[in-house]
Amino acid sequence: MIKQNLGIRKSDVFNRRMFIIGMAKVVILAGIVSRLFSLQINENKKYLTLSDKNRIREWKLPPTRGNIVDYFGNIIAGNLKVYQLHIIPEQVENFNYLLVRLKTLLELSDKKIQKITKLKNKLKPWDSIIVSENLTWSQFLKVNNYLYDLVGVKPVMTISRNYPFNDVYTHVLGYVSQPNQKEIIENKIVQERFVPGMKIGKLGLEKKFENHLIGTNAIQRYEVNAYGKRINQLEFQKGSQGNKIRLTLDTEVQKLSAKLLLNKAGSISVMDIYTGDIIAMYSSPSYDPNLFLFGISQDEWELIRNNPLKPLIHKTISGLYSPGSTIKPIVALSALENKIINPNFKVKCTGKTELYGQTFHCWKEKGHGFVSLKNAMKQSCDTYFYEIARLLGVDRLNITAKKFGLGEKVLGQYFDNEKQGLFPNTSWKKNNLGRGWVLGETLITGIGQGYTQTTPLQLCLMTAQIANGGYKIKPKILVNNKPLSLEQAKNSMKFDSLHSPNLKLFDDPKNIKIVQEAMFSSTNEIYGTSYKSRIDDPKYQFAGKTGTSQVKRISKRERELDLKLEQIPYKDRDHALYVAYGPYINPRYALSIIVEHGGSGSKTAAPMAKELFKLIIDRDELRKKQSNFEDINI
Amino acid sequence: MFYYKRLNSDLSFIQKIKEMDYVLLICIILLSLISLIVMYSTDGGDILFHTKNHFMKLIVLFPLMLVIAFLNIKHWHTFAYLFYFLIILLLVWVSFFGLKVSGSQRWMNLYFFVLQPSELMKIAIILTLAKYYHRIKIENVNSLASITLVLAIILLPIILVISQPDLGTSVLIALSGLIILWIAGIKIKYFVYSFIIGIISLPFIISFLKPYQKLRILTFLDPDRDPLGAGYQIIQSKIAIGSGGFTGKGFLKGTQSYLDFLPEKHTDFIFTLFSEEFGFIGSIGLLILYTIIIIRIIRIGAISRSNFSKLFCFGFAFSIFIYIVVNLSMVLGLLPIVGSPLPIMSYGGSSLLATMIGFGIVLSAKINHRQLIAG
Repeated sequence: MIKQNLGIRKSDVFNRRMFIIGMAKVVILAGIVSRLFSLQINENKKYLTLSDKNRIREWKLPPTRGNIVDYFGNIIAGNLKVYQLHIIPEQVENFNYLLVRLKTLLELSDKKIQKITKLKNKLKPWDSIIVSENLTWSQFLKVNNYLYDLVGVKPVMTISRNYPFNDVYTHVLGYVSQPNQKEIIENKIVQERFVPGMKIGKLGLEKKFENHLIGTNAIQRYEVNAYGKRINQLEFQKGSQGNKIRLTLDTEVQKLSAKLLLNKAGSISVMDIYTGDIIAMYSSPSYDPNLFLFGISQDEWELIRNNPLKPLIHKTISGLYSPGSTIKPIVALSALENKIINPNFKVKCTGKTELYGQTFHCWKEKGHGFVSLKNAMKQSCDTYFYEIARLLGVDRLNITAKKFGLGEKVLGQYFDNEKQGLFPNTSWKKNNLGRGWVLGETLITGIGQGYTQTTPLQLCLMTAQIANGGYKIKPKILVNNKPLSLEQAKNSMKFDSLHSPNLKLFDDPKNIKIVQEAMFSSTNEIYGTSYKSRIDDPKYQFAGKTGTSQVKRISKRERELDLKLEQIPYKDRDHALYVAYGPYINPRYALSIIVEHGGSGSKTAAPMAKELFKLIIDRDELRKKQSNFEDINI
Repeated sequence: MFYYKRLNSDLSFIQKIKEMDYVLLICIILLSLISLIVMYSTDGGDILFHTKNHFMKLIVLFPLMLVIAFLNIKHWHTFAYLFYFLIILLLVWVSFFGLKVSGSQRWMNLYFFVLQPSELMKIAIILTLAKYYHRIKIENVNSLASITLVLAIILLPIILVISQPDLGTSVLIALSGLIILWIAGIKIKYFVYSFIIGIISLPFIISFLKPYQKLRILTFLDPDRDPLGAGYQIIQSKIAIGSGGFTGKGFLKGTQSYLDFLPEKHTDFIFTLFSEEFGFIGSIGLLILYTIIIIRIIRIGAISRSNFSKLFCFGFAFSIFIYIVVNLSMVLGLLPIVGSPLPIMSYGGSSLLATMIGFGIVLSAKINHRQLIAG
């Protein structure tokens, strides 16, 4: 009984103590439930996001670049399907065996194999290694035939940039290639859209309009596990192709320019004299931009780099040349405008002029006799221009030259490598060379030698502005919206000049007319320097001015020797230049041609103009008919 | 004599069936089924290794529980000390010849089964102390000799388990032991004093911890200090539970789990997976199931006439509660990661074995609740 009482007392203690515990349990349980509540209900969104971040991984694919088309809508920078070969390391059973197989199948070099092995060690096992970026169709077939034996290899079809006209547009378009670290960091959009294998513009318009052309990535969303392995594809979000760019250039004219300058160093530019549309700008020699897409080989690169004709220089805008006699229309115009001379002013040419004991030669040793402005232009008499330059002075000449665009960038914003050239005056010399201007320098400036440095495109613009009656135009290379008709363009050009007087480049329209007539006679009258290259058909008839610019001072001995072109070393030969516009009646187009070390303008450059004008004027009708212009915002 | 006989005679089989606690039994079956479903999910919606093995263990251990239930609880009273010493021997054996896995030596390989004796110690400690306080006179409960003895009983296995090293299990053994002391009526002031001493000596204890244990505590305090290393488990666990939301992501749709972001999802983090797939609703449901089980066990303790049964039931109920609380607090980021399984749910044979033995003894206590056990 005692034992039992004791037991009851004991169990009372047990029960009381258990009750206290029970209370503690309720509190603890409430704590756990509230924690569950806060995680699962209150913070559900936060953790749901974190969970998605864990499991969803995005793979960006390289964006497809926008097309670049010429004026007629022909694609000049497009996209092409290419076949690539990828290895996915985690699926490979025997890596070494695979490499040996691939090496023999695709004839890979040892260097390439080393590169792949290196990549394999660097990348994560589920990241694909690009073995070949551009398989030929036969290689692609071969790989597909042996696919059963190539475990872990994935043939991939993808899109790559392509330049169908190869070297015809290289200097304008530039090319694309894999970006380097600096280029990725510098451009926010590129940084955002970068994926291995993506290419960006490295030069030219491809570079300038990178953000416009780039396009957006297609995105593959995969569910991945904790080790990063793809489990299944959740979504494929299509990217959009980059925006289109339409150029004012005409592929046919561009191609003809390339043909004319084949194996020569030089440049051809063609411009619409009212709208400023650049019809052609070709720099020779060029190179194939397609070479850069998949990494240019060292040999090919050396070949381009070491070519003495300097294909890497965009001569149309970065080549600097003395304008030679092509400056004469401006000198004449300046003299007329400043009322230094009248059209009947005559100078006697004896073949040379003496000034302060220095002799200045005319190109014609025997001299031209008494020459008027028209005859001096026609025969390109240097003595005449020495004289009027002397009377005019370099500063007044400089003002006229500047008005017509010499010494200023023509396209400005589009190309980083455009040069502005130089047209000197007295203060320029004082400020830059620290010495006073010498009158003799005025004389040689008058025939386009000396300090003057012009780009071919500047000369083209200069000629266009003489041809259009002396109005400033804004050269352009892009078509932004529907172009103006000829009448509209003419009217707007004149209308604009009423409002802003600096767009009118002359005081007396008669002076422009006189210069135009002189240029006409230079091409179309007997004894004219480019008479041999004339076209009599008024539809194609053009007016122009030749130029031959010396690259080195001619010594007295050489002058007496009167060497033939072939007898002079290439480097010492004169540059041949020609500027012209046409048709003479109702002109529309101006051009400039420069052939480096080409000898004389009349022999080398002017004949090219003849062929060009035929094509340009034939295509004028097509150009006018061209419709379906869309607005492109750039 | 008659009185004595009635108290001690075994019930007939029919009587035993009548006396069975069916609510508890059904709850255990339900929990086992849920554990199988969740195990199926951890296998990625397939009957693979873990599902099969867990099923096999349940198939073997559930009948074992029933056998224990039908055995008289007095036999457990009789053999309690022996059981305790047997487990102590196993612990000693393990510390010399045990299986070493990732740095700790806790297991013995029985070829058909890998046994972790420390899990069984969780039951043995309750049985031993229940027997001790069943026998001792109430006046002696707070005597110095008694307290010293009892502390020795608790400390002996703890030292062995800590040296394995296995902090989690030793803490659970300690708590199981201490709760019996509490229920038995050790003066509250002793608990308060020990608590104060414990707090004061905490820095010293910490300085004795192994570097990885210190790291766990630091990680608990700030999981983001090393999100891919030490903090990874707890961060991923919280993400899984939090992203489950109110209704969960759905059965077999727990992305954290099947994409392998969850570590230890079969064992300690099984609740995380369950909670991710079944959400707040499911988690509360599971907690209610556990609560019913615990309340049923306490009720059995309350109606038991023998103090041994009473102490065992109270102690075991509390242990189950502690296991659940420690496990949930751990996966919810409320406690450092100590490695403690969730009863029945977690994969792991020894834990399941210990839990099933415990349930068996509790069921036996229910069947024999009118019986007194001679001290």
